[in-house]
Amino acid sequence: MKTTLKLMATTCLTLTATMAVADGHMANEMTIVSWGGAYSASQDNAYHQPYIAQSGISIINDESASEAVAKLRAMNEAGNITWDLVDVEAADAIRLCDEGLAMEVDVDEVLAAAPDGTSATDDFGGALVSDCFIPQIVFSTTFGYRTDMVPEGVEPPSGACDVFDLETYPGKRALNRNPIANMEWALLCDGVAYEDVYDMLETDEGQAQAFAKLDTIKDQTIWWTAGAETPQLLADGEIFMGSTYNGRLFSLIAEQGQPVGMAWDWQMFDLDGWVIPTGLSEDRLARTLDYVYFATDTQRLADQAAYISYGPTRQSSAPLVGKHATLGIDMAPHMPTEPSNAENTFYNNYLWWADYRDDLDAKFQAWLAQ
Amino acid sequence: MLAADGRPLKASLNRALRRQKIRALFLIAPLLIFILVSFVMPIFDMLLRSVENQIVGNTLPRTVVALQDWDENADTAPDEVVFAALYTDIALAAEYKTHTRLGSRLNYEMTGISSLFRKTGRAVGRFETDVYTEAFQAADPAYADPAQWAGWMQDDNIRAALPQTTNTYDAWAQMIVEEENDIPAEEEPWDFVYTALYADAAGGAALPISVDLSAIEPVSLQASFAEIDEDWIDPDVWQTIKAFSPSYTDGYFLNAVDLLRGADGVEQRPENERLYIGQFINTFVMSLSIMGMCVLLGYPIAWLLANLPARSANLLMILVLLPFWTSLLVRTSAWKVLLQQQGVINDLLVWMRIIADDGRLTMINNQTGTIIAMTHILLPFMILPLYSVMKTIPPSYLRAAKSLGATDWTAFWRVYFPQSVPGIGAGCILVFILSIGYYITPELVGGTKGVFISNRIAFHISSSLNWGLAAALGTILLTVVMVLYWMYDKIVGIDNVKLGG
Repeated sequence: MKTTLKLMATTCLTLTATMAVADGHMANEMTIVSWGGAYSASQDNAYHQPYIAQSGISIINDESASEAVAKLRAMNEAGNITWDLVDVEAADAIRLCDEGLAMEVDVDEVLAAAPDGTSATDDFGGALVSDCFIPQIVFSTTFGYRTDMVPEGVEPPSGACDVFDLETYPGKRALNRNPIANMEWALLCDGVAYEDVYDMLETDEGQAQAFAKLDTIKDQTIWWTAGAETPQLLADGEIFMGSTYNGRLFSLIAEQGQPVGMAWDWQMFDLDGWVIPTGLSEDRLARTLDYVYFATDTQRLADQAAYISYGPTRQSSAPLVGKHATLGIDMAPHMPTEPSNAENTFYNNYLWWADYRDDLDAKFQAWLAQ
Repeated sequence: MLAADGRPLKASLNRALRRQKIRALFLIAPLLIFILVSFVMPIFDMLLRSVENQIVGNTLPRTVVALQDWDENADTAPDEVVFAALYTDIALAAEYKTHTRLGSRLNYEMTGISSLFRKTGRAVGRFETDVYTEAFQAADPAYADPAQWAGWMQDDNIRAALPQTTNTYDAWAQMIVEEENDIPAEEEPWDFVYTALYADAAGGAALPISVDLSAIEPVSLQASFAEIDEDWIDPDVWQTIKAFSPSYTDGYFLNAVDLLRGADGVEQRPENERLYIGQFINTFVMSLSIMGMCVLLGYPIAWLLANLPARSANLLMILVLLPFWTSLLVRTSAWKVLLQQQGVINDLLVWMRIIADDGRLTMINNQTGTIIAMTHILLPFMILPLYSVMKTIPPSYLRAAKSLGATDWTAFWRVYFPQSVPGIGAGCILVFILSIGYYITPELVGGTKGVFISNRIAFHISSSLNWGLAAALGTILLTVVMVLYWMYDKIVGIDNVKLGG
């Protein structure tokens, strides 16, 4: 009987302890969710460390941004929000906003104005794609190719449409295993005008045309799900060219010195930024807003570009972008927003995708499985 | 027969036993509660999501009721009554910020509804229904007095006379308390309350203070909605809303088996959207192949383990267990390095001139890759049960068979093999059930054709947020596994399965 009692007491104690830990959000610490790797490091250097030095608040880095949407929903249902600030892509910000999982923010009230007095709304401009979204960086999905595998006497590929040109550039390709970006490129490279792409994609004929174009390279394509796969495949010489996020290609070229070149034409612009979960207590919300005000001002956004080749979303930050913090090279030529890289760019239409994503995804996966 | 204390022996014994049972129950109670709370309940909660659909009725309660009178087979949009209900529902939902959530739910059924609801939530506050508000307030200042409104809404006679107004005012008041943290008796009602008041009055109800209605030019809500988006007068949109208005739906299950509820009942999805049946078949075929490969490779190893002298058997055992202790991701990535086209195996084959440099084999990002990598990963689950069963088969049986004149093959097939069948059974069940729900390895090496149904479930949980569909797929998977288990029990008998000596 004594043993039983002991056992039960221990169980109770453990349970209470676990609950205490789960509930114990310290008064002076906040949990910020991001993507990990070089990206989190750039945020740590540009935002977290200066903020910690200034405020004395400690920041816990959670690297589960790739599951953020599902986890936020689960937390919301459980009524226990353990995150204070989450880094998500713009499309997910829209989704979270629609689901009521992210808080709507009044940009001019919450964010700093530019140094010259321009309001935050004007400074961020078109990057404010959702009421819940606080933009941080512009990145792009673009192509890298093996410079040593370009056939002799041929100009190296310059952009997305070269991926469909198997005659000039034989070899395997890598593309994202979801319809976003691929469908647009397929139509664009099949001669559809830029401004008609989304109208065409709404129709069955347009979708059929896009799939027919993708069919031409289907058996030469490896479909990736993680952004790190394409750099890996390029480094191994498994593919001739492949799409991925431009920052990954930058580190492959500039930091690892691989024989890889960039093909910027028709890069797909995308945004990444913060969302604040709904349901934070007042003091946590105040702390989060204080951090966000600090971390999204003009200087901080420009600072981040010294660590990773993603462009700041504020117009006022662009002139402040300097050299890479450790490599000492100019960052501007590696930015997706650099004019010579951005001759032809594609702006992802998030709101359109919010409608058509489920439908096209089913069709895309069915097409892949054929 | 009586016990020492005078009670019947049987009752006394029962009492003692019961006390023991309860004590035993207390001992396992922590584990039992833990399993119930952390395993059984979440699974049931998840499975329930595959049929749950209260969101439509909760977000658009008035519209759902009003829609009951609308004939979904007619080729016209519903009438003004439904749009009036929709106006109130959406105006309230926009304050609660639930309209977008409903939009993404219905978007699973009909593409485009998501933005329709998002747009409507923004525009619904700008309808021209303020003419009603102004007209009532101009007719008598009492209509602009929040306290007067609150007073009316406590008067049972007025409530009975103005059913729509009452219903709308109550919902509005609740929203004011919950969302705005204000007191309804201090807030002027919003336009949609006056709209409901006008509807009651136009229907002939007696107003608390009579107003001349003829001066008011009625606003067509149908036209107002159509102005936001033409889709609101598209009968298809309304058919979708009506079809998914009950609290429970089979829509997710239909979707999970490539069906949909069309105009004339259940029908197959268009061919370019059929996905899941193929994925289920793929999953089963690959799991069976992996199981078969594991038996073929595992059986000889288990036999060696059981029959070699202890020293070499131990060494072999470590070789079996070592990969078992290595991280799953490391092992899977290692297969990538080995199998890819510029990988070790292809390099070796080219070097040995077995294949040409431009004819390198594709062994990864397809079914082959998944089957190879998963066979390797699941092999210990086959070897260990086989080994533990083979260890109990006395070697003297084989010797006896041979001394009675059996050839090696006969001795193995007739004597040894039947005794090792329980081990094969256990190994097969383990490997098959583990592989059928496998996720990470197919994701990494499976490409587009070597992926399992679990990869789609993961996609719907973490990316598309269509948890209902994920739950339906999961339920089907669970049911099929249970049916297979039951069949296995009927055919082989679960008593014949041994996990250990």
